[in-house]
Amino acid sequence: MNPPILQVEGYGKHFQLHEQNKLIPSSHNVSFTVRAGELTALIGPTGAGKSSVLKGIYRTYLPSAGRILYRDAMGHELDLVLASEHQILELRRREIGFVTQFLHCLPRQATLDVVAQPLFALGVSRDVARQRAAELLSAMKLPERLWSVSPATFSGGERQRVNLARGFIAKPRLLLLDEPTASLDPATAERVIGLIEGLKAEGTAMLAIFHHPETTRRLADQVVELDPPPAVEELLEEIA
Amino acid sequence: MNKILEVRGLSKIYGPGCPQCLESTGPEADTNLCPHCGSVVAIHDVSFDLFEGEILGVMGESGSGKSTVVKTLYFDQAPSSGEAIFFDNDRQYDLFSLNAAQQRWLRNHRFGMVYQNPNLGLNFNISAGGNIAERLLMSDLMDYGAIRERAKALLARTEVLLSRVDDLPKHFSGGMQQRVQIAKALATQPPLLFLDEVTTGLDLSVQARILDLILEIQQELKTAMVVVTHDLGVIRLLTGRAIVMKYGRVIETGLTDQILEDPQHAYTQRLVASAL
Repeated sequence: MNPPILQVEGYGKHFQLHEQNKLIPSSHNVSFTVRAGELTALIGPTGAGKSSVLKGIYRTYLPSAGRILYRDAMGHELDLVLASEHQILELRRREIGFVTQFLHCLPRQATLDVVAQPLFALGVSRDVARQRAAELLSAMKLPERLWSVSPATFSGGERQRVNLARGFIAKPRLLLLDEPTASLDPATAERVIGLIEGLKAEGTAMLAIFHHPETTRRLADQVVELDPPPAVEELLEEIA
Repeated sequence: MNKILEVRGLSKIYGPGCPQCLESTGPEADTNLCPHCGSVVAIHDVSFDLFEGEILGVMGESGSGKSTVVKTLYFDQAPSSGEAIFFDNDRQYDLFSLNAAQQRWLRNHRFGMVYQNPNLGLNFNISAGGNIAERLLMSDLMDYGAIRERAKALLARTEVLLSRVDDLPKHFSGGMQQRVQIAKALATQPPLLFLDEVTTGLDLSVQARILDLILEIQQELKTAMVVVTHDLGVIRLLTGRAIVMKYGRVIETGLTDQILEDPQHAYTQRLVASAL
């Protein structure tokens, strides 16, 4: 069995909205292990807190409960819940990638540079990074005439390909994927699935949420089913 | 990654100060004005670290003390208490225990500042090129030809028309004045740059190009920056981490995406909700 690189233990997340004086439960008591070279898929109904798990691992959300143990390339183990902001930024730069549901990128930046950005951040030369970006965009059949313009005017499917190419380019050790094939046509989705398989074969551990159960069935080495978090009242009883 | 700046317990009180100042001001008290002695607690107990090549955002509304933070670090104002260590290659400087000459040396050689008001950063009575030359002279470059070449290169880099090198900044547009300020701040290639509301009040299209320029410079030169702004868009675009201030206190600190998507403090939640 491949070595575990991520262990999520009892992860929980709720939002405390001060203005409305409300507590919104998002994820509750989630535990699983992710291994190198394997794809772990999160499944469950809408509102089960799937995206919240990914955002908690990436620390876009501050987890409310549990531990997220990550073993880095040097073999050191650290709890992402407690890691410093600089440790998180360094891991994001070197080891952990995130393909979010919607593309967030700098405005006015050429698509080629958006995709090459993770390599720029690692100090790879501009030319080499852009070359690699061009290869990935061709592999995903994004028309070359779009490479020099900003993704701002792109269709949903085109943006998603840019987002995926940027996520794949630095070959992260751990890649978080939030519905990466949802708005792609079947042929493009097929190409993306091929790229995911390739990355997996190179040892990247992946934690993914897929829109189609069929994609989960094809790609997942392990499936983790999440239940919606309990109502606020139960949550409060548990805390008390 | 190495630390370039360590700020601990930075405080600035305007006025006599009294024992009740601290408990009578801040976000809970909803004021920075002490009702007992009339002092203004501009900032109290501000602490943060800045790493090489990193952009830290300091956000908050007017009166939150965010500008005071960079003004004390750039020696425009002396703090009431607190410590700041600047790490420069192998050397380190305890900023507030340096004498005036040492502080001036750091300002001229190792720090850069871009103010919201170009009046503060530029000498309006000498040409744009002269403003940059002034800073180069202070940093020991003496050859006239070399200074002029370097000034031109900097203005070209910040997209100021070279035909206007010899014009007075007071005849420039607001956006152009900010470009000259940025060129001046970068003249000595400082590892640390302070930016105080640099795009506030400019047209949106001018703002966008100035922000793009700042990002390009950060990527090219790996300059560490402290960016003070009330504009969440600027925070989102430029910074990796941010601190949120209200009435002189830091109420929240975190990764920028976390502050925007999962703000913890009631005030930050209100701020983010009103922007979206």
